[in-house]
Amino acid sequence: MRLRAVDVKLGYGDRVIVDGLDLGIEAGTVTTIIGPNGCGKSTLLRALGRLLKPSGGEVLLDGKRIDRMPTREVAKILGVLPQAPTAPEGLTVADLVARGRHPHQTWYRQWSSGDESAVNEALSMTGLLDLGERPLDELSGGQRQRAWISMALAQGTDLLLLDEPTTFLDLAHQIEVLELVRRLHSELGRTVVMVLHDLNLAARYTDHLVAMRGGEVVAAGPPGDVLTEGLLAEVFDLAAKVIEDPVTGTPLVVPVGPLPPPARRD
Amino acid sequence: MSAPAEKARPVSAPAEKATPVSASEEKATTPYARDHRVRERPLRIGPASWTVRPRSAAVALVLLAATALLTALGMRIGDIPMSLAQVVGAVVGDGPDHFVVMELRLPRALTGVLVGAALALAGAVTQAVARNPLASPDVLGVTPGASVSVVAVIVATSSAAGGPGGTLATLGIPLLSLIGGLVGALAVYTLAWRGGLDGYRLVLVGIGVSAVFTNVKYWLLTIGDVNDSGRAMVWISGSLNGRGWEHVVPVAIGLAVLVPPALLGARSLDALRFGDDTVTGLGVRSNLVRSLMVLAAVLLASVATAAAGPIAFVALAAPQVALRLTGAARPPLVVSALTGAALTVAADLVARTAFSPVELPVGVVTAVLGAPYLIYLLIRARRKARS
Repeated sequence: MRLRAVDVKLGYGDRVIVDGLDLGIEAGTVTTIIGPNGCGKSTLLRALGRLLKPSGGEVLLDGKRIDRMPTREVAKILGVLPQAPTAPEGLTVADLVARGRHPHQTWYRQWSSGDESAVNEALSMTGLLDLGERPLDELSGGQRQRAWISMALAQGTDLLLLDEPTTFLDLAHQIEVLELVRRLHSELGRTVVMVLHDLNLAARYTDHLVAMRGGEVVAAGPPGDVLTEGLLAEVFDLAAKVIEDPVTGTPLVVPVGPLPPPARRD
Repeated sequence: MSAPAEKARPVSAPAEKATPVSASEEKATTPYARDHRVRERPLRIGPASWTVRPRSAAVALVLLAATALLTALGMRIGDIPMSLAQVVGAVVGDGPDHFVVMELRLPRALTGVLVGAALALAGAVTQAVARNPLASPDVLGVTPGASVSVVAVIVATSSAAGGPGGTLATLGIPLLSLIGGLVGALAVYTLAWRGGLDGYRLVLVGIGVSAVFTNVKYWLLTIGDVNDSGRAMVWISGSLNGRGWEHVVPVAIGLAVLVPPALLGARSLDALRFGDDTVTGLGVRSNLVRSLMVLAAVLLASVATAAAGPIAFVALAAPQVALRLTGAARPPLVVSALTGAALTVAADLVARTAFSPVELPVGVVTAVLGAPYLIYLLIRARRKARS
């Protein structure tokens, strides 16, 4: 188990969003957290990436409490791509990706040949080698998201946490980003944890699906076991048919209509 | 120089260092790779490595030379006018001019150089932390705090009550200014801290606190004796007049102690340009870095203000000038300090020659030069916001 949340209590200020949640991330898997808006999935991901300190319980990285490890050491093991990240204006792709080397650099080792090759490998992996000199704000949404993923890649961590990496992207760009995530997993052996909204894409690109509602894990397992009509009703208040995806054989959700909240259902 | 995240970064391995990485052949031919190498070169010695921007290095050298020249020009002026050759001769030689230059003119000039450098460095750090080109140590509460405390004591120990003693004049005022500046900064920092340090909030709180201090200062000036207020006014506009080695030494020590940690923090300052989650993800303790860098800026500005009074606009303008000279992504620390030094010495030269034989306080000239510049920055910021 690479990353574990043990009985964590999470929230902002006095507002508790997640209380007493347990979750484990196995090495070498792609785990996707799904759930309705406000269910605490991004909050959970932020806690796993030590961006949010739990008010109760603990997060363990390779068995050690993440909040007691030097944050720089964590940054060499675990990379985080926040939701809708912002970069300084005019920043070029190469500059952004180079920033990923930060945890490996010191005042006397600021740009080693190792840094250089890590950045180049990240850029070639994401197909951005030719765009290195372009300012980030001139790229398309999909290219920009790939640039951010390149930064996380250049960081050289074998754990990657991606918070809604496909938001604001059109379908083709969503596929482009998720294909990249799949290659990070299959070719580079990275362990990936992400939050996604699109259930069908989540089913396609995931080994382990975690469905959350109201700050609790409702179901977890392979997409085929988790994405059932019963679960969609329970988690999303959604009546839906689940059929087989004609391309991949994974579950395909066809929405029928909204259901009343569980309290008013019999 | 010290800033690794400037506009361009070499992504390609230089030809002589081509690494056996599969991707390295294709990238050496990509067009952007060549541009990168012009703007920023890797410098590698054994296991150590840095990036060097030739343009920044050239700008730094030019500024260094300009500062030396302006300093020497300034040292010509005085009761005994000298030529440039005489000044240089007096520094190395042993004639009667030696005392005048070494004991009177050089310390005054050096105070200007060091104070300018310290203020500009403080400004560059503040602007980087606040991510705001309008931030300066005034916003951190340093200069308003220093002004208020100095004015308060000058007015309280008025000439009617016997006037300030000799100790107050020489040692007391710098010390008061130092304490006032630190207290002002502490007030801003405490009010701005809310579970973390946010650059925007820091600027807002700082402007508020400055306004309060400034108005207390004016109130004190109006209730004070006319002569005391006059003396206080000279101090609060920032002056290099009559500055000796006793002013040079504390600023020099301050710079020697604070420049190395400030430069060490430069890499983290680069990271701070991103959102908080990204910064933490990269392993930077953002609140710690911000607090330490603000502390360094506060100390630098306090020491400088203690020596020469609150010289206006150097801290605000020098980093922005340096930014444009180098084309860097954020105010470069070393070049900002050199710009500040050159700017202050140049302003002092103008202050002493423009209305000769009347000498203006240097702060009057920097304020006159700085005001239009501030307006320019505001207009530019508005235009950018609109577009």
